[in-house]
Amino acid sequence: MSGDILIEVRGLCVDYGLGSDAVHAVLDADLELRRGEVLGLAGESGSGKSTLAYAITRLLRAPGVITAGSARFGASVNLLSAGQRELRGLRWSEIAVVLQSSMNALNPVLSIGTQFSDVLRAHRPDMSRADRRARSGELLEMVGIPADRLSSYPHELSGGMRQRVMIATALALDPSVVIMDEPTTALDVVTQREILEELMALRDRLGFAVLFISHDLSLLVEIADSIAVMYAGRLVERAGASAIFRAPRHPYSLGLLSSFPALHGPRRAMEGIPGSPPDLRNMPSGCSFHPRCGYAFDQCRSDPPPPLLDLEAGTRAAACWLQDGRMAVPAELARPARAPATAAAPAAAAPAAAVTAGPEPTGGRS
Amino acid sequence: MRRLLRSPKIVIGLCLSGVFGLLAIIGPLIAPYNPNTSASTTVSVPQPPSAAHLLGTTQVQQDVLSQLLVGGRSTILVALVAGAAATVLAVLFGVTAGYFGSWGDDLLSMLANIFLVLPALPLLIVIFGFLGKGANPNDAVIGVIIAITGWAFGARQLRVQTLSMRNRDFVDSARIIGEKSWRIMTFEILPNLIPVVATSFLFTVIYGVGTYTALSFLGVISTSHWSWGTMLYWAQSAQAAQQVHLEWWWFVPPGLAVGLFGTGLALLNFGIDEFVNPRLRGGAGEVSGRQARRAGLPRRPQLGLTPVLSGPVPPGPVPSGPVPSGPALSGSARSSS
Amino acid sequence: MRMISRRVAFYIVTAVVAITVNFFIPRLMPGNPAEAVLGRVQASESPQAIAALETQYGVQTKTGLWGQYVQYWSHLLHGNLGTSLNFYPASVAGLIRAALPWTIGLVGMATVISFVLGTLLGVAAAWRRGSWLDGLLPAMTFFQAAPYFFVAILAVALFATKLGWFPPNSGYDTTTLNPGLNWPFISSVLDHAALPALTIVLASVAGWIIGMRNMMITTMDEDYVLLAQAKGLPSHRVIGYAARNALLPSVAGFSLAIGFIVSGALLTEIVFSYPGVGYLLFTAIGSDDYPLLQGIFLIITLAVLLANLAADFVYAFLDPRTRQEA
Repeated sequence: MSGDILIEVRGLCVDYGLGSDAVHAVLDADLELRRGEVLGLAGESGSGKSTLAYAITRLLRAPGVITAGSARFGASVNLLSAGQRELRGLRWSEIAVVLQSSMNALNPVLSIGTQFSDVLRAHRPDMSRADRRARSGELLEMVGIPADRLSSYPHELSGGMRQRVMIATALALDPSVVIMDEPTTALDVVTQREILEELMALRDRLGFAVLFISHDLSLLVEIADSIAVMYAGRLVERAGASAIFRAPRHPYSLGLLSSFPALHGPRRAMEGIPGSPPDLRNMPSGCSFHPRCGYAFDQCRSDPPPPLLDLEAGTRAAACWLQDGRMAVPAELARPARAPATAAAPAAAAPAAAVTAGPEPTGGRS
Repeated sequence: MRRLLRSPKIVIGLCLSGVFGLLAIIGPLIAPYNPNTSASTTVSVPQPPSAAHLLGTTQVQQDVLSQLLVGGRSTILVALVAGAAATVLAVLFGVTAGYFGSWGDDLLSMLANIFLVLPALPLLIVIFGFLGKGANPNDAVIGVIIAITGWAFGARQLRVQTLSMRNRDFVDSARIIGEKSWRIMTFEILPNLIPVVATSFLFTVIYGVGTYTALSFLGVISTSHWSWGTMLYWAQSAQAAQQVHLEWWWFVPPGLAVGLFGTGLALLNFGIDEFVNPRLRGGAGEVSGRQARRAGLPRRPQLGLTPVLSGPVPPGPVPSGPVPSGPALSGSARSSS
Repeated sequence: MRMISRRVAFYIVTAVVAITVNFFIPRLMPGNPAEAVLGRVQASESPQAIAALETQYGVQTKTGLWGQYVQYWSHLLHGNLGTSLNFYPASVAGLIRAALPWTIGLVGMATVISFVLGTLLGVAAAWRRGSWLDGLLPAMTFFQAAPYFFVAILAVALFATKLGWFPPNSGYDTTTLNPGLNWPFISSVLDHAALPALTIVLASVAGWIIGMRNMMITTMDEDYVLLAQAKGLPSHRVIGYAARNALLPSVAGFSLAIGFIVSGALLTEIVFSYPGVGYLLFTAIGSDDYPLLQGIFLIITLAVLLANLAADFVYAFLDPRTRQEA
């Protein structure tokens, strides 16, 4: 995974509100997005994934406040200290955003063409009107919509078409980063598939990096290069997509993966994750996942939450005390990351493997 | 309930309205003179405020303060009756139209729209004009007639709210149980509409005050029937504002009274509005101006420019104590690959 | 287009209702005021006038109610609104025609100024929340709650009597000038229209400001405004987008407001003895000139309906969602 780093986030903390009533939406987030990479940001609602993405670009609405950490674009731009003008220059030409429900993100009283050309007019002032029109038509064709729809209004288009328009708009200035906030959640499955395929094709052709936010881990496993999993405002695991899919290291990731069935492999009972995400105003002590974790033990409750621990020579990380090297890791969390030579599905229960000698962790194991 | 009282708008509104409500009740009782009696028949110039006449006199030497107090009751009473009657009509038509739908709704909506579009004041002028100045209708009747022109706005709002509520689960379950329609409307739907009904009532009372005052000012309503509008009628006929020595004590008190009464009710209305729609409240959502300033943030939130705290992080409930050491836990935990 | 034709149909229905109401009111009132008027007028007026009045009000007539109704309609469609009692033998239509331009000019100009000013201030108040503009609101609320004519009286007292900046009454300087398209006349007209216009603006602007401000605050929360910011568009364009959407309810509310503004303007004219329809109405009330009263009611109603139709056109133009194509 080479390529220079486009977005680097270190220790970012984002709150809603100030003072004692503040809600900690994101805590100590570390992220890197490289050129051309697709980074998936996974988590349930309220995990802080959208908050993190919008905070990076300073688009978070009130009462959001960034309270600590740093976010840089490239080597030179400090996103957190940039002023209006610097941000405006960067926005859309380098970092573009595709918002969640396209139905609301398009201005209902303006034609599609106007909503393309306003970006062009703002960032490329020397383009003539004819040029703008040509470019807008080009963008529409790029996502498979005939250019004569430029004069249509948003309410005259279907949901799938509107989302395509959003994607086309995002690519108008050939940005190096596109942040997509659940771009297909509001669409039916068939349209979802079409749009994602088009998106990946465009990515291959134009080479932009994608920060793809979704609650659907199964989707991310298919399209992302690497995945970061968030829970209750913290990053709990970070790894390559296939590595996470075959061999999760954090109990939460394991739970997420066992929440959807695999197409191959022996049948097994589908488990979910018991309980529900914590109220951000009333977080459990210690590791925020421990009330729902089948592997929790005393340290999980008593100590401050575990930081992201580097594993496997720094190629991945997980925030779990089980991975700190002091004790035996349960089999499900220690599967080999590479697929075995045989075609057997890696998710098959491999009983009694890899449990080395050592004190048995206390606490139940489901 | 207590949160309602925390809004300054509601408090001021309540105080103002309360004062006027009190005035409506005790006004004529504390008036020092009969508003019709002339203190003197020889002087024909309005007298400025003095010890004997706290608000001065009119051209025919009637006491302005007494007129204000007596007229106050009439004005406020008419407004309240108009508000109540209009609200009853609005609830009746609006909720029924919204609940039953189809042709009944179409008919009632058309009726409401007609009344909304017809200019109220000219219509009332024609009605009262033909009623004749000889007939001296009492306050309640005046209020009801004014209500005929003022119910449509509230009815439209109530209809919209009822429409959205009609398909909710609790209404469906009541219908399945077999409750009669009127019971559903009265006991299930109406309680949820209280804020809309309240705003509608206040709005119509304000409308009633303005309209009644206007009608009296025009002289359409008998000018011997004291109200704030009548005072202004007499002040205008005597050209009180055009005189070189401004006879301000004659026209300012009644106008001010109407204005303040209306303002009090309007503030109450805003307060209820803000309570129901939290987005309209205060400034930056949950970050008050003071908090922002203390944290070193710009006081007004700017769209598209999420504020970044530059000072020390304010303490929060999440402990950030030292992390226990272990072999894999050196500074390399945060290094990039 | 379908929306517009539906609105036109509605306005026609409303006009018919208004005209019918106008026909029935004199006949429904207790004690038949028409007869009372005729009784009073018998002595002074000519037999033709009395006969005209009798037919107009259906007193001592052989035609039944329906016949009178039809006759009423045919008169109207010929532009015959009856004959004034007070200004006999002037026709009601003629009197109104003389006064109408003054009112339209005043109300039209003042309403436009009020709407534009109110909308701009509302946008500013929402964009810069927490600024001094928010402090304006209580004062504006007061002006809105106070009756138009009171604001007018205050304006006269302060600006005309006390400060002498503007004349306190009339439409133009009647003592020295004659109507004509010359500058002295026009400047006199403007001079005399200043205070009445100021009154109307002051009394109505608060509604626009508050409405626009509240709608802007809601609109600025919308995703397309956030997107505009994310696109790196300049501030004025982002505000413009939000305002363009927030404007829609104000335009929709214009229809409601126009009725109030017209009523308020009529009252204002009285204070200033401004030679418009309002002042004419006042004299009609004072002299029990029923034909004139009814004629003015009809004309005002029709004017308000037309203004509503214009507002509907503007709304359809601004919001493409209403233009449902087949």
